[in-house]
Amino acid sequence: MDSKSSACSSPNPNPTLGPSKLMLAFRFLRALSLVRRTTPASSRTCRGRRIERAAYASMAYTAGASRAWSRAVLRRLHHRARRRAVAPRRLSTTAGNRAEALRRLVPGGGGMDYCTLLEETADYIKCLSMQVELMQGIVDSASSYGP
Amino acid sequence: MSGRSGAITDEEINELVSKLQSLLPESRRRRSAGRVSASKLLKETCSYIKGLHREVEDLSDRLSDLMATMDSNSPQAEIIRSLLRP
Repeated sequence: MDSKSSACSSPNPNPTLGPSKLMLAFRFLRALSLVRRTTPASSRTCRGRRIERAAYASMAYTAGASRAWSRAVLRRLHHRARRRAVAPRRLSTTAGNRAEALRRLVPGGGGMDYCTLLEETADYIKCLSMQVELMQGIVDSASSYGP
Repeated sequence: MSGRSGAITDEEINELVSKLQSLLPESRRRRSAGRVSASKLLKETCSYIKGLHREVEDLSDRLSDLMATMDSNSPQAEIIRSLLRP
């Protein structure tokens, strides 16, 4: 993702389908297809959680390995057998505990310096919004033909 | 981005905080009121992220429900099937 460009430009309310959005859509739909094939129809809750994990995985793969948050998400997903919630934070004393709550919300936030945390947060928010927009779009197009 | 080994300057922090502010939805309304305090902004950022996490969770459940309708013959099911066709 070219998240380093245009630091302070306000987000476009009606963005066109850029390359990263397209990649995200492709990855997510492919993951959804896999979930459908591999999850028994009876386990609705299980399927919901698998879809959720597919959402975060798609986000993280699309953002790439250059982002600390995406690496942390993928690490967490690959080790999810051990823990379910937020990974325990090992806050370094040199980084300080500024913005503790934020560190717990942004994947990988625990070990970052404050500056990096803010940058990662901005990128994380952009990617999360894009993912939500995508999922909402799928739900809307699938629902618009309802009874 | 502070690649220097020295202290992070306030200026850099301010720049990043502004950038963050521009990404939050309510900040667009408040632009005329000037910058909010950093701690307030961090709180808003946290609520916003939590909200987005919840939306992902809810939308995942809804997508799961939609998948359940896929095996029927409704036009709805056909749309979903066409979206997920390999």
